Amino acid sequence: MAASSMRRFGRLGCWVSRREFSTCDDKVVVQKSGKSMNLYSAINQALHIALESDPRAYVFGEDVGFGGVFRCTTGLADRFGKSRVFNTPLCEQVHLMGFILTWPHKQGIVGFGIGLAAMIVNEAAKFRYRSGNQFNCGGLTIRAPYGAVGHGGHYHSQSPEAFFCHVPGIKVIIPRSPQQAKGLLLSSIRDPNPVVFFEPKWLYRLAVEEVPEHDYMLPLSEAEVIREGSDITLVGWGAQLSIMEQACLEAEKEGISCELIDLKTLLPWDKETVEASVRKTGRLLISHEAPVTGGFGAEISASIVERCFLRLEAPVARVCGLDTPFPLVFEPFYMPTKNKILDAIKSTVNY
Amino acid sequence: MALAHAASSSSRSNLLRPFSAAISCAPSLRRPFSSSSDDTRTLTIETSVPFTSHQCETPSRSVETSPKELLSFFRDMATMRRMEIAADSLYKAKLIRGFCHLYDGQEAVAVGMEAAITKKDSIITAYRDHCTFLGRGGTLLQVFSELMGRQAGCSKGKGGSMHFYKKDSGFYGGHGIVGAQVPLGCGLAFAQKYSKDGTVSFALYGDGAANQGQLFEALNIAALWDLPAILVCENNHYGMGTAEWRAAKSPSYYKRGDYVPGLKVDGMDALAVKQACKFAKEHALKNGPIILEMDTYRYHGHSMSDPGSTYRTRDEISGVRQERDPIERIRKLILTHDLATEKELKDTEKEVRKLVDEAIAQAKESPMPDPSELFTNVYSKGLGVEAFGADRKEVRAVLP
Ligand SMILES: Cc1ncc(C[n+]2csc(CCOP(=O)(O)OP(=O)(O)O)c2C)c(N)n1
Ligand SMILES: [Mg+2]
Repeated sequence: MAASSMRRFGRLGCWVSRREFSTCDDKVVVQKSGKSMNLYSAINQALHIALESDPRAYVFGEDVGFGGVFRCTTGLADRFGKSRVFNTPLCEQVHLMGFILTWPHKQGIVGFGIGLAAMIVNEAAKFRYRSGNQFNCGGLTIRAPYGAVGHGGHYHSQSPEAFFCHVPGIKVIIPRSPQQAKGLLLSSIRDPNPVVFFEPKWLYRLAVEEVPEHDYMLPLSEAEVIREGSDITLVGWGAQLSIMEQACLEAEKEGISCELIDLKTLLPWDKETVEASVRKTGRLLISHEAPVTGGFGAEISASIVERCFLRLEAPVARVCGLDTPFPLVFEPFYMPTKNKILDAIKSTVNY
Repeated sequence: MALAHAASSSSRSNLLRPFSAAISCAPSLRRPFSSSSDDTRTLTIETSVPFTSHQCETPSRSVETSPKELLSFFRDMATMRRMEIAADSLYKAKLIRGFCHLYDGQEAVAVGMEAAITKKDSIITAYRDHCTFLGRGGTLLQVFSELMGRQAGCSKGKGGSMHFYKKDSGFYGGHGIVGAQVPLGCGLAFAQKYSKDGTVSFALYGDGAANQGQLFEALNIAALWDLPAILVCENNHYGMGTAEWRAAKSPSYYKRGDYVPGLKVDGMDALAVKQACKFAKEHALKNGPIILEMDTYRYHGHSMSDPGSTYRTRDEISGVRQERDPIERIRKLILTHDLATEKELKDTEKEVRKLVDEAIAQAKESPMPDPSELFTNVYSKGLGVEAFGADRKEVRAVLP
């Protein structure tokens, strides 16, 4: 029985991978002059603009000179030359530091996030502080893919955002769509602080929407209410938002009105927007792919309980990855799926 | 910044070194394929390319082998080749998920190494591990079951392509973080030095991994403490899409240990690999670590998402196939020494193909792991976690 149910889940996995991504209107940027494109093209466009608009911007990382594994850096080396867009050897640890100290300006780089962790945490994040503002790594933006793709296995599907959210001194950004990715990436590159920019792997090709051609930026540390509702607040980021939105639609059929918030910036995060929403709805649900224990959902939950204790009508719900390594064959079990979210919405509302 | 390197470095043209199948042995009598009484007699065969050494002697180019060994090399490599090609199809049919890195082209390293050592010696490698596992005595069924995430797999279906292990014959896997297996391999050698059992550890890594810092840290300790560690750089000339000369100031990986001796070996020649590994084992037991750079080539792209033809030419790939293919080299040796007929070798290939197909069919019958396995092996004891309900949405955890 067990085996056959697994097989069914296996198929379910394939189905999930064909999920639609719904475009959410963004008042700030949308001029409908945009071209329809996917997430990696939007990122590619942002990198073109960043290099174009700032002669001191560079892009470097493993294979970026050839377009990168996910094609995000296609064409950059041809357009801007090998001295600004270049491959590095496979040494995550040493790529950065000296270069950024002597050329203190904007750079986009790609890395195997976890391999870089020691450098990000101990060097990039603390340089400004420990030198009394003489030096900083503010020009650094580290781009890294994150998250599940339906079949990635143990390493390539991880969501390590919470590790980096524990490091004051860096910013952590996760976009949900092509349009968002372009604006947030340009803001990240131009922000005077080191930024870790996680890109939802699942959406590189899958998410397609109109992206304005021009140079625009979206504000960091500002969450966005992408769907208004009155019964419960849902908070998420990146690829998980499309799953949460599906759950909101299902809940609506059962008469539950959900408010959905895209946090966008995880560190430092926009508590006010979430707080205002929870004051209105009285209920909160957070969902992310990373394991539930010690995930960033815990931080949101604790902060909101501090701020809205008397307003809450139910315990804060978290629908997250399980506390196991990211599994290869059990991915559909592990993931915070639409049904799991829907159930949590119902039990929170009926608490 | 060594970025604007001269367009094509000299090391690239070296890829196509001629076979020159140095078959400098007196022709022997034609032996019937299977019933030979003296298929263990000694044959001496010269490697086609000399070894190059760094801070040590070079082993002799004359390698001792036997008809039996050559025939088993042929069979083992043909099995590996067929297995990898079948894995390619299974991946395309979505029966294998996750990441998958194929070894075809590099088979001589796996079989040559095994021929020089015993299963008491340890081997540890990166994610390109299917054939190394087979060389250590793993079965086709275990391979295909693991690839497809089935219970009969060598890691119970929980590891997948990158995580094959076989503890009973000293195969320590199967590692996804590039370079991380090398310190582990030196740790294995530390344990061996401790237990004084005359065994050594082989830590395999790629030309891309050779630029990782942790490799040099491990090498320092291994040399400082004279650990019986053999670092095997499988130089297939590319780390994903990056050619070696774009990533390494010195692509002479066998010299990069500085104070650690090294040997450059034709990794497409199973006999040369065997000779080098034998030499290295003796060296390591007496003097501590040594680096073996195996000059080899992968025919497939880096992983299944890489067509493998954007950063190198098709001519380069087909050139290596024609000039240096490890299986063809052994086939030629067998034929010139009259150890089997062309037809007999073709039959072996057919037989191997059948075995692979049977293993796949059998693996497909093996069940997926039980859902409860999601929660086992996270900690030694299991936390008493279970998932239940429709869609497994509820989780219950009992602290031990
Ligand atoms: C620390 C780390 N960085 C990056 C990667 C992504 N990656 C996987 S394999 C690979 C290339 C390694 O090339 P090489 O060492 O030459 O081995 P080969 O694949 O040629 O066998 C890269 C960059 C990784 N797995 N781990
Ligand atoms: Mg390589």
